[in-house]
Amino acid sequence: MNDRSRQSQRLVALFLLGALLFAYPLLALFDVGGTVWGVPLLYAYLFGAWAVLIALMAWVVERGN
Amino acid sequence: MLLGGVILLASVAYLGLLFAIAYWGDKRADAGRSIIANPYIYALSMAVYATSWTFYGSVGRAATSGVGFLPIYLGPTLVAALGWLVLRKMIRISKTHRITSIADFVAARYGKSALLGGLVTLIAMVGIVPYIALQLKAVSNSFVILLQYPAIVSPARLQAVAILEDTALYAALLLAAFTVVFGTRHLDATERHEGMVAAIAFESVVKLVAFLAVGLFVTFGLFNGFGDVFARAAARPELAKLLTIGGGTGGGYGAWMSLVFLSMLAILFLPRQFQIAVVENVNENHLSKAIWLFPLYLLAINIFVLPITFAGLMQFAPGTVDADTFVLTLPMAHRQEALALFVFIGGLSAATGMVIVETIALSTMICNDLVMPLLLRWKRLALASRADLSGLLLAIRRGAIVLLMMLGYVYYRAAGEAHALVAIGLMSFAAVAQFAPAMLGGMYWKQGTRQGALAGLVLGFALWAYTLMLPSFARSGWLPIGLIEHGPLGIEWLRPYALFGLKGLDEITHALFWSLLANVGAYVGVSLLGKQDIRDQAQALLFVDVFKVASPSVRPWRGRASVQEVVTLVGRFIGPARAEEAFAQFAQRRGGATLVPDAELIHFAEDLLAGAIGASSARAMIASVVHEEPLSMDEVLVILDEASQVLAYSRQLEQKSRELEAASAELSAANQRLKELDRLKDDFISTVTHELRTPLTSIRSLSEILHSDPRLDLDKRKQFIAIIVKESERLSRLINQVLDLAKLESGVAEWHASELDLKEVIEETVATTRQLIDDKDLQLTLALPAALPRVRCDRDRLTQVLINLLGNAVKFTERASGRIHVALAREGDALRVDVRDNGIGIAPADQASIFEKFHQVGDTLTGKPQGTGLGLPISRRIIEHFGGRLWVRSTPGAGATFSFTLPLQPAGVKP
Repeated sequence: MNDRSRQSQRLVALFLLGALLFAYPLLALFDVGGTVWGVPLLYAYLFGAWAVLIALMAWVVERGN
Repeated sequence: MLLGGVILLASVAYLGLLFAIAYWGDKRADAGRSIIANPYIYALSMAVYATSWTFYGSVGRAATSGVGFLPIYLGPTLVAALGWLVLRKMIRISKTHRITSIADFVAARYGKSALLGGLVTLIAMVGIVPYIALQLKAVSNSFVILLQYPAIVSPARLQAVAILEDTALYAALLLAAFTVVFGTRHLDATERHEGMVAAIAFESVVKLVAFLAVGLFVTFGLFNGFGDVFARAAARPELAKLLTIGGGTGGGYGAWMSLVFLSMLAILFLPRQFQIAVVENVNENHLSKAIWLFPLYLLAINIFVLPITFAGLMQFAPGTVDADTFVLTLPMAHRQEALALFVFIGGLSAATGMVIVETIALSTMICNDLVMPLLLRWKRLALASRADLSGLLLAIRRGAIVLLMMLGYVYYRAAGEAHALVAIGLMSFAAVAQFAPAMLGGMYWKQGTRQGALAGLVLGFALWAYTLMLPSFARSGWLPIGLIEHGPLGIEWLRPYALFGLKGLDEITHALFWSLLANVGAYVGVSLLGKQDIRDQAQALLFVDVFKVASPSVRPWRGRASVQEVVTLVGRFIGPARAEEAFAQFAQRRGGATLVPDAELIHFAEDLLAGAIGASSARAMIASVVHEEPLSMDEVLVILDEASQVLAYSRQLEQKSRELEAASAELSAANQRLKELDRLKDDFISTVTHELRTPLTSIRSLSEILHSDPRLDLDKRKQFIAIIVKESERLSRLINQVLDLAKLESGVAEWHASELDLKEVIEETVATTRQLIDDKDLQLTLALPAALPRVRCDRDRLTQVLINLLGNAVKFTERASGRIHVALAREGDALRVDVRDNGIGIAPADQASIFEKFHQVGDTLTGKPQGTGLGLPISRRIIEHFGGRLWVRSTPGAGATFSFTLPLQPAGVKP
């Protein structure tokens, strides 16, 4: 139960992190043009942050099991 | 060359495959070996979220708003992180109360209100039917486009086809057939459809693979990877602006964030998502894997959207080909027949998956929350007295499915390319978002009332209709366009896209703001101002505290009912055989006794019915056979009060009785101890008197002889007097020791503790007993290492112990052959002294009792006792006083070893 509660708290923290990563102020930092290995910066950032978020969620959930 | 026949054949074969999978899934479920009972199938089936609006529409959206298509998928990712909290609670509540749809959920939460259930169903229908139409349009359009191969012509430019030649109609009919077969096979209390879920999961795989195939073909076949696509797109200014959030026509960050928010609500409250994620959930724990697998799926299906969009925009001249069709037309333009066909099948999967699940979810709502409550209230039909209603229920659901499909088709025919259809994706999201306050509030806020939910839903829905649906009708030409431009009747501040003069927001954000503001405001306001009725209050508690309440507590109930009536009633809805079976199992669970019409039985029956006809209808039905005397608020309060008082009393009683038990246990232990002491005292006195009498007797008899016989010769006299002296010595020694022991036991003995060198004490003691040892011609060896730490002990007492042990050793060893060994060693944080002899030894049975008072080893019949029997008990007391231990190890015939330890740091020693 204690473990589950900690897991829930971690997931809520990830939700907040995600909400932050995909919202205005941080998003604007990457909405400035330029490319990373030929891929537009914003596009790379969105998918990169998305993938990292999913990986973190998987880590939290699978470690709990 | 792709012929219509080939495409049709492929489509029919694909649908056939779906039938086969669904059939197999149902068979396995019936056999008890579910194929969907694993988290992967669960996560895949959740991907029913990605409809043809994703499959074709994402590219279309990206063509105008660039990355603006992404928020629709980022929202669900964020919600997935919260899924463990929110979704799990929804699942638990639904399983506990046998809730089978969103309408049922809302109705059940707010006092099983039929009105609320009906309202939610209506909102869902208005919001979702156009969405079904959109899917039919996607299927039909993609079919028509593929049919033109190798030419690429947008359907809008084609002549309208007659109804009987319209593929959308046949698609609708086929889907209706599929849904009827696998969505309403039988009535079930849990309302789960395993075969259907298996088919949906399969469809999710197909659409993902199809989309990835196009993506790979475009990105790596037509271009040299992502970098190449983007580099060439960046060369064109009109495409470059799509790569920024503010650049496209998406409306900037405000629109971006409102879309993230909207899609977060949609993933929770779309009827199809509720059906798949909550109703069809087999095991709560599957959620944990779905939490990251589902977002991963969304990421995968979106990764090629922008490359395909740019490729399409660069491939086709502006305005010639609809961006919504790029996924299909790009492979066609490059003569990839097989790929194009595969894409068509993928689009078909996306559309059919959504349509199937959505119609099942809506048909359950229509049946349970719209039609049944009306039919049951219609007295003239006298439905409640019909024998078997399960057939009727199935018929209503099947009818609802066909009706929904036809409504979708009609809407599609009527709307065509009109704005009302094109923009329906987000409009439908905004419609279901209206459920959020009532649902989330119902799950986390106990004070939410029925009136509040009702007011919130009505206002929210009304504003949604006014700010989104009406203007979309106007833009489709069904209402005068002046409505948008000048407001109704020319009232400027009522313009639907700028209500109360609010400008600068895109239409979705604008509508979402007003509708949710009104919705939440009314829900909270009315809830706070109004008062919950009893049933509302009870349900609120059961919903909000679902994890705390182990099982739904049986509500206070007074009434009369006949078991037969109840069973028959349930049988009418779920079939008599299933009802009998369910009640038999229920009786068995309660100990095999015959059923009694009590509150628990009524509750069970209501739950069973709720699964089939929804919570509010079930409530009404049960009320018709149970002659329930309504409970007034006062009565409920009295019952609650009594219950809590009784509970408090019984807690107090329990506490007291536990205290009593503890006290009596203590008492009996003390009593036991007292008895033991009393017995010991008696024993002691009798032993002491006995021991005193022996020497006294011999002293007295010898003295009498000396006294009465004056002629006794001198030698005899001397001998007698010697015996008398010896016996007197023994007597006084005995008395000294008894006094000594009494002092030790009562704790008044005087102790003179000091730091001692144990080696020195042993050597001194040995010196004083040397005479005894030499007299018996014994051999004494010592093993006393130097430089051991000092111990704290009373020197005289320690000497007493050593003399006692050495004396014993001397006593029990044979003359001449006897050997005594004294060893000193360090053992942990204590010093240990061993006194070993090779005498007669001590039998195991005696090894404990020699430390008891007056216990002497040896044959008391043959030999005179050689000691007082107090030496060892006194020694043990002395050693224990200084925190050490005294014990013996011995093999009879091979000698004995008495050992004691003295701690180096004595704890709690009295000075």
